[in-house]
Amino acid sequence: MNATLLIVFLVVMLSLALLPWANRSWQAGRGRSSDHHAEEAKRVTPDSHQKNSKSGRDPSTESLVPLTSFSVQEKLSKARGFMSERLGKIRHGSVEGSTWDNLEELLILADVGVDATMDTVDRLRATSQAMEITDGPQLLEALKKQMKSDLAINRQLAHRAELGKTPVWLFVGVNGVGKTTSIGKMGCRLRDQGLGVLMAAGDTFRAAAAEQLAAWADRCGADFVRGSAGADPSSVIYDAIQAAASRELDIVLADTAGRLHNKVNLMDELAKVRRVADRDPGQVSEVLLVIDATTGQNGLSQAREFAETVAVTGVVLTKLDGSAKGGIVFAIERELGLPVKLVGLGEGDGDLVDFDPDLFVEALFGDE
Amino acid sequence: MFESLSDRFDGILGRLRSKGRLGEADVAEAMREIRLALLEADVHFNVVKRFIDRTQARCLEAEVTDSLTPGQQVVKVVHEELTAILGGESLQLSYAQTPPTVVLMAGLQGSGKTTSSAKLARWYKSQGRNPLLVGADLQRPAAVEQLQTLGGQIDVPVFSVPGSPVATTKAGLAEAQRSGRDVLIVDTAGRLTVDRDLMDEIAAISDAVDPDYTFLVVDAMTGQDAVNTAEAFHATLELDGVVLTKLDGDSRGGAALSVKEVVGTPIAFASTGEKLDDFDQFHPDRMAERILGMGDVLTLIEKAEEVFEEEAAAAAAQRLLEGTFTLDDFVDQLRQVRQMGDLSNIMSMMPGVPKEMREADIDEREIDRAEAIVLSMTPEERIKPDVIEGSRRARIANGSGTTLAQVGNLLKQFKEMRKMMKGMAGTGTKAKVRKDRGKKSKKGKKGPGRAGGSRVQPKETQQVPKLDLEGLDLTLPGR
Repeated sequence: MNATLLIVFLVVMLSLALLPWANRSWQAGRGRSSDHHAEEAKRVTPDSHQKNSKSGRDPSTESLVPLTSFSVQEKLSKARGFMSERLGKIRHGSVEGSTWDNLEELLILADVGVDATMDTVDRLRATSQAMEITDGPQLLEALKKQMKSDLAINRQLAHRAELGKTPVWLFVGVNGVGKTTSIGKMGCRLRDQGLGVLMAAGDTFRAAAAEQLAAWADRCGADFVRGSAGADPSSVIYDAIQAAASRELDIVLADTAGRLHNKVNLMDELAKVRRVADRDPGQVSEVLLVIDATTGQNGLSQAREFAETVAVTGVVLTKLDGSAKGGIVFAIERELGLPVKLVGLGEGDGDLVDFDPDLFVEALFGDE
Repeated sequence: MFESLSDRFDGILGRLRSKGRLGEADVAEAMREIRLALLEADVHFNVVKRFIDRTQARCLEAEVTDSLTPGQQVVKVVHEELTAILGGESLQLSYAQTPPTVVLMAGLQGSGKTTSSAKLARWYKSQGRNPLLVGADLQRPAAVEQLQTLGGQIDVPVFSVPGSPVATTKAGLAEAQRSGRDVLIVDTAGRLTVDRDLMDEIAAISDAVDPDYTFLVVDAMTGQDAVNTAEAFHATLELDGVVLTKLDGDSRGGAALSVKEVVGTPIAFASTGEKLDDFDQFHPDRMAERILGMGDVLTLIEKAEEVFEEEAAAAAAQRLLEGTFTLDDFVDQLRQVRQMGDLSNIMSMMPGVPKEMREADIDEREIDRAEAIVLSMTPEERIKPDVIEGSRRARIANGSGTTLAQVGNLLKQFKEMRKMMKGMAGTGTKAKVRKDRGKKSKKGKKGPGRAGGSRVQPKETQQVPKLDLEGLDLTLPGR
């Protein structure tokens, strides 16, 4: 209370103190932005969708649709320009002072971050001394091996909830990272496996977010529940879970509005969404933080805040088919132990695949 | 935005500032730390390198090392180089001789093109123009609906026909000419720079309408890839400027610093919030000052001008000085301040505000509560808070859904603040009074309880942020 009040007083007074010096014309009587009222969530029952019923199969034993690593590899970003130049120097040289600089620069350029880079290179230095590595390609292989072993953690997705409960996956993240698209793609993937999927349009803030998700639900034949614009996201998602339970569907994929992790109120709202979604008959089995591969060091701060607020269980790394490397997830796994579970490689239905550390590391150092 | 970078710089330069002599080692140490700070802020590697080389060379010149205040000189050099990297002058926008002025928005998926298009339309509207939005993102589901909803909120028409983006854009241009719209803003689908087909498509859109301005929309949280993206788009489209979005996050905004330096394209606009009016032209010099902890008074004043009602504010300011400032005035002004945007954002623009204050969590609900407390008072109580004793206090607490302690707290702080402001209004010339007022109010917040031992000394006052209001008069945008 104290700090906030103090600041309020300060801001009011300082603003007043500054005013007389403004010598431009005033725009008096500007209308205030109208409060927009949150309406009660209303349920829309899907009627056109094909029956999307319980499959009877056990989803957890199901292996996900295998994707040839070739197509994934093809889509993963290739090193260009600055990175390619440095890779070339490492590959075609012996290990010397400048090799280490090039390695560091390479990792920094991939957004791995200063701390993780220093740590990685230091450990590699020890390895290379112990193993007496002298040429560049060998060093690069040792680095890949080390990074792959750093990424060896459990990445299983939890498809199941306790008996009698409906598993809920919550997709969270900052604005524009691809939450809605990821849900769409995930929904299609689970539908292909024969699961009954319900998509919940928990983003009631962004204009036309629900329409976007509805288009996806339509595309892959999933059920869909939405609220009205500005409705309370918790109640929309809870309604969706109840609907899924009564229709005996296998899983609920819940969208949430993008929010910057430093907005206290919005993060509180998200915490509430998680609490409510965890109430009977739902059980939150995954909280997936969606991170855009172009994200820089701020990704770490995003992961930290979201993990603290909603106990994130995994990361979805999107847009990895672009020119960005997504190295920030390396720092996120290292510092926070949050596993990357899924990778987005495009805007088509099949473009969301399981994260493969080997392919990821290879792509980090792959040339065009 | 940029706060954490600014804090790092504050620490590094603060140590230099106190030094009477600067050796090569001191400079090298500072540069090493600045290098790390910039890399952690996602400034592109090559940009950091060039920045450090240039700055280091300049800092070791005789002019700096032989100066009586070498530390200050280093700050000056860093400031100048930062401003240069951010793009020097702000981009001056002009209008096409034969309307409409065509603006093309391009960028990666999720960078914020659709929202920025609507915000830009709103901005043009506030400049007295008649924009038309074209929804040429026919790829993402419901992208056009999103633009239409936003267009509806700002009362700007949205044109879109299903089919090809090029055809829609062309038809949009014809529609603008037909209906006499003088600015045409084209929202396009997000695309990756490695996607040849889509890059060709946006080149075709650009050829079809020959835009006067092509803006690249860049997410402020972007990492090292920002430069690759900007270069690729620049090669395809010849960018005129960058629209930087999501600056209200805690990103250190390195992307902003890199793009101009590598591509030579200035940042034209910056978006700082979810509301459609959280969007304005970008001023590189002001941003450099912010990074160096000098505040951004010009933007603050511009924002204030937009929302404050002149006469009421002037009268309230007068009462503030006389010590007759009432709780009614407080609530009125508070509401207007809140219209200026996020309080923490406003804080970050104030010069000389110590880090602790800037970082304090501002809980908007506390502010609502303060407002509710005042609104639960009778008119008499608001003018003379001294009359509030026990039973009145209980009534107010009940009425506003707060506790006795919260009401007491608000009253106590209000009174102390008022007393202090009155004390500030000394004698002297008008200008002097103004100057004092500015300075004192700044100190006021540091501890309304002068008696309380919690008072924090202002961090560094020998720096620029003295809030020199007389000097400010001259530099105001005298348009």
